[in-house]
Amino acid sequence: METKAFQKIYTKITQITKATCSLKATGVGYEEMAIVNGRLAQVVKIMGDEVTLQIFSGTEGVPTNAEVVFLGRPPVLKVSDELSGRFFNAYGEPIDGGPEIEGEERQIGGPSVNPVRRKQPSEFIPTGIAGIDLNNALVTGQKIPFFADPDQPFNQVMANVALRADADKIILGGMGLTNDDYLYYKSVFDNAGALDRIISFVNTTENPPVERILVPDMALTAAEYFAVDKKQKVLVLLTDMTLYADALSIVSNRMDQIPSKDSMPGSLYSDLAKIYEKAVQFPDGGSITIIAVTTLSGGDITHAIPDNTGYITEGQLFLRKDTDIGKVIVDPFRSLSRLKQLVIGKKTRGDHPQVMNAAVRLYADAANAKTKLENGFDLTDYDERALRFAKDYSDKLLAIDVNIKVDQMLSTSWNLFAEHFEPAEVGIKQEFVDQYWPKNN
Amino acid sequence: MEKTNKMTKGKVAGIIANLVFVEVDGPVQQNEICYINLGETRLMAEVIKVIGTQAYVQVFESTRGLKVDDTVDFTGHMLEVTLGPGILSKNFDGLQNDLDKMEGVFLKRGEHTNPLEDDKKWEFKPIAKPGDVLEAGGWLGEVKENWMPHKIMIPFKFDGKYTIKSIVDEGNYTIKDTIAVVTDENGKDIDLTMVQKWPVKLAVKAYKEKPRPFKLLETGVRVIDTLNPIAEGGTGFIPGPFGTGKTVLQHALSKQAEADMIIVAACGERANEVVEIFTEFPELDDPRTGRKLMERTTIIANTSNMPVAAREASVYTAMTLAEYYRAMGLKILLLADSTSRWAQALREMSNRMEELPGQDAFPMDLPAIISNFYSRAGFTYLNNGSTGSITFIGTVSPAGGNLKEPVTESTKKAARCFYALSQQRADSKRYPAIDPLESYSKYAEYPELEEYFRDSIDPEWPEKIRLARDILIRSREVAEQINILGDDGVPVEYHERFWKGEVMDFIICQQDAFDKVDCSAPLERQKYMLNLVLDIYHTDFTFESFEEVSTYFKKVINTLKQMNYSVYESEKYYESEKEFNSLIEERKTA
Repeated sequence: METKAFQKIYTKITQITKATCSLKATGVGYEEMAIVNGRLAQVVKIMGDEVTLQIFSGTEGVPTNAEVVFLGRPPVLKVSDELSGRFFNAYGEPIDGGPEIEGEERQIGGPSVNPVRRKQPSEFIPTGIAGIDLNNALVTGQKIPFFADPDQPFNQVMANVALRADADKIILGGMGLTNDDYLYYKSVFDNAGALDRIISFVNTTENPPVERILVPDMALTAAEYFAVDKKQKVLVLLTDMTLYADALSIVSNRMDQIPSKDSMPGSLYSDLAKIYEKAVQFPDGGSITIIAVTTLSGGDITHAIPDNTGYITEGQLFLRKDTDIGKVIVDPFRSLSRLKQLVIGKKTRGDHPQVMNAAVRLYADAANAKTKLENGFDLTDYDERALRFAKDYSDKLLAIDVNIKVDQMLSTSWNLFAEHFEPAEVGIKQEFVDQYWPKNN
Repeated sequence: MEKTNKMTKGKVAGIIANLVFVEVDGPVQQNEICYINLGETRLMAEVIKVIGTQAYVQVFESTRGLKVDDTVDFTGHMLEVTLGPGILSKNFDGLQNDLDKMEGVFLKRGEHTNPLEDDKKWEFKPIAKPGDVLEAGGWLGEVKENWMPHKIMIPFKFDGKYTIKSIVDEGNYTIKDTIAVVTDENGKDIDLTMVQKWPVKLAVKAYKEKPRPFKLLETGVRVIDTLNPIAEGGTGFIPGPFGTGKTVLQHALSKQAEADMIIVAACGERANEVVEIFTEFPELDDPRTGRKLMERTTIIANTSNMPVAAREASVYTAMTLAEYYRAMGLKILLLADSTSRWAQALREMSNRMEELPGQDAFPMDLPAIISNFYSRAGFTYLNNGSTGSITFIGTVSPAGGNLKEPVTESTKKAARCFYALSQQRADSKRYPAIDPLESYSKYAEYPELEEYFRDSIDPEWPEKIRLARDILIRSREVAEQINILGDDGVPVEYHERFWKGEVMDFIICQQDAFDKVDCSAPLERQKYMLNLVLDIYHTDFTFESFEEVSTYFKKVINTLKQMNYSVYESEKYYESEKEFNSLIEERKTA
C-alpha cells in the first residue's frame, strides 16, 4: 500500500477515539481508503469538510499531527491466478514470504448478483459424511454454517468437507483464528497435497480485531474472480463468523450507534446477508459455495448472531456429542439443509427423501422413549426397538467419522429399518418398501 | 398534487452510509424522490427528514465514492410506480426496475430500467363510450395481458367526474398512444394513454365499499382451509423461527391458492428462494387455467443483499400493484416474505437519524406503520358493482423465535389470521409445522363465513371444524397426562383418545408439500378425509392393552396416508380406503 507522488498530505487530526480519527479534508469519497501514519484506514463518515476515518489496527499511539494520505479508492484486492496456494492477511498482503501478487485491482465488497441472472443450484456436493449427505445434502451455490460450541471439532469436520468436496478452489477466510488452528488448516491442506488450489486470508487472534471486517470481503472477491472470470467451482470457508460479528459491534459501539439485540448493531442482518448472499450458482458453471462456522455460547441459537445467520443461510449443521456411542454426530433434529430438496431423490436414488424422513422420525420416537426411561416409566416393546435402532443409526450413519457413498447410506438405513421394525411402522410409500425392504429378513 | 415548480436542486453536505445530507436551493417535500449525481451515475434517494435548508435523504443504493458538493436533482414527486399492461410475469426490483432488462451478471449502481414496454402493441377493446361519466378507476377499455382482461382505467390521481369525449376503436395500440379523451368538471380536455403513475405510500381508494370478508379463499393446505380458513380479501401472517418451513409454505400458497393473480414480494430474503420461483413458476402448470403459473405472477425481488432502503419500498410497490389489479375486478393474493426485514430496514434508518428508539431499537411508530399497511388489503365493491380483492399474507421472522418481539406483536394486532409455526413440530418433521391449536382464524367465527361454509361445503361444517379442534385439544391433554403418569398409569381409553387426535394430526394437519399429489388438496377432498377421520372418532374400539392401541392406529394412519398420497378417486385411493374400512371393522366394538 504505497503512497504515490503528488498526493496531498494532511497533518492536522482534530479528534481521536478508540477506533476512529477525524480531520478536515476536501474532495474525499465515501468508503475511500487512507493511510494514517502507515496504518490503513477507511472513510466512514463525511460531514461538510470533516472526514471521519476508521483505523483498522486501532488508534493506539496515533498523534494529532499524524500524516494522513487519501488513496482515492475503496479497498481493493489484486486478482489473478497467482493467488492460488498463497496466504494473505486481512488487507490482501502476502504473509507467506512470497512475492506480491500481480493482477487486476478489484474493489472488495462489490455489487450483488442480479437475482434473475442466478441459476437454481442443482449440483450435489457429496462429503461422505452421512449426517450431511443423507439428512442434509449440500448443493453448490449454497451457504450453510456449522453452529457449534467452541469445544466441538468443527474445524476438523470443515476441513474434511472441504477436501472431499469436488471444488476447483478452496478459499479460507479465517477471522480470529488461533495460531494453532491456522497451522492445523495449513498442515491438513498441505498433507492432502491440495495447497495449490487453496487460498487463505487469515486474521489470527494476534491481529487487531477490527481488521477482521475485511476478511470475508477479501475472500469473496477472490472467489468471484475464480467463479465468474474462470467459471470455476469455488468453496469458501469462513471461520469464525461470530468473531466477525463481534468486530462489527466494536466498530458500531465506537461510532456511538444505538445497539439493538445482544448489543449487536441494528444492521447486523444486512451486514451478514451481504457476505452470505455472495454464494451463487452461475448459469455457465461457475459457483460459490460458502461453509461457515458460527460459534455459539452454550448452544444458544436465540442469540442475535446465530439467529440472524439462520435467517440468511440455507440451513445449518449442528454437531453434538452422542454419549451413547461416544462419538460426535451431526444432530438430525437441529440440522437442516434447505437446498437438499433440489438434489435428494433427483441426483440421488428416488427413495432418499422418504428414507431420510422415516429414519429421523424413528430417531425422534427413540428420543421420546429415552425421556420416558429417564422419568422412570416402563418402555413398550416398540420403545425398546426404537432405542436400539437409534443407537445403530447414530453409530453407523450420524457419526462424523462415517465416510461412505449415498447408496450405501440408503441401504444401511433399509437394513436398520428391517432389523428393528415392521414396514407399517416405518411408514414409507409402498412402492419403495416393495423395492428396497430387505427380503431375507 | 403536482406543482410545476422549477425543480429544486441541491448539493451533498454529508454522508453516513446510505443517509446523505443535502443542502437544497428551493422547496422539497417529505418523501420526495431525488437523484444524486455521482459522475455519470444517478443514485436514487428519498427525502425522509428536512431541517431548514438541509434535506436528509436515504439513498436506495451504495454511496461508495460519493463526495461533498456532488449535485442533486429533485423530482417534485414521491416514489411512484408505473401502472399499465405488461406488469404480469415480470421480475421487478423494489423500485419497479425490470430486472431482466438489466445488463450483466452484477447489478449496476444507478441503472434504471423501464418497467413496461413502450413499443409493444396491445389489442385494445373499448368498454366505455363517448358521453359516459366515470370516476377515478372507472373502466375505459381492456387489453388481454397474457390471458387476463387488463382494464384500462381513469387514472387514480383524477378527482371528481370525467365525461368521455372520445375513445379509440378496437385495435392495436402502444401504451404511449392516446386511447381516450375525457373532459373534467371544468370543461378541460385531457388525453389518456394506457399508463398511469401512483405514489406507492398512498392507498388507492378507487372503490365504493370494503365489506367484511365473507368468502373462503381455498389454498389446498388442509390445516389452513379446514382448521384455520383465510377469507378472500383477508389478512394473515406466518411467524416462525428459521427452519420451520415459512418459505415452503408461502411457495405452496402461491402455487395453489385460488387467485387470479399472485404478487410475491421477496423482501430482504434469500436470493436462491427467489431463483426457485423464477425457475419453477414458468414450468408449473396452473391447475385452474391449464397455463403456466408465471403467467399470473409478478415478483418483486429485493433480496437481503440488495440495498436496504429499497427493501422498505418493495412492499409498498407490491401493494400498489395489487391495488391496481384489484381495481380491475380481480382476486389478488399478495405474499410478503418477510415483513420483519422491512421493519429492520426502518430500524437501520431510524438508528442513523439518531431518533429515540422504541423496543429492541425499532422506531416508535412501527405498530402504526404495520397496521396501516395491512389495512390496504381487503375485499372491495368497485364503483361499477364488480368485486375485487387483495388477500395479504405476510411472514414474520421473529428474532430468536420469540413471538413477543415488536414486529410479531404489532402484526398480531393488524392481521386476522395467525399461522404459528412451531419449532417442536418442525423438529419432529410434522409439516407444515403450523400448530393447529396455537393458530387461529378470526374469519372462522364470522357469521358471514359460517353461512358460506354451510351453503358451499357441508351444512354442519362449522360444527365439524369445532369438533376437529376439540379432538386435537383432548389428544394433547391426554398426551400430557401420559407423559406424567406413564403409559400404564392411565386407562386404555386414554390411549385411544390420544391416538384419535394423532390420526387427525397426521391425516389432516400434516401434508407433504414435496409430493405431487399430497401437496394440494381441493376442498372436496379435504371434506372427504375429515369425514373419515371424524368417523374414526365416533367409532368405539375394543383394546386389551395400550400397546395394541398404538400398533393399531399406526396402521390406520399408514392406510389413510396412502390415500392422501394417491390421486383422488383413483383405484389406488379406493384400495386404501377399502383396506381402511376392513381395519375399522376388525377392531370395532360390536
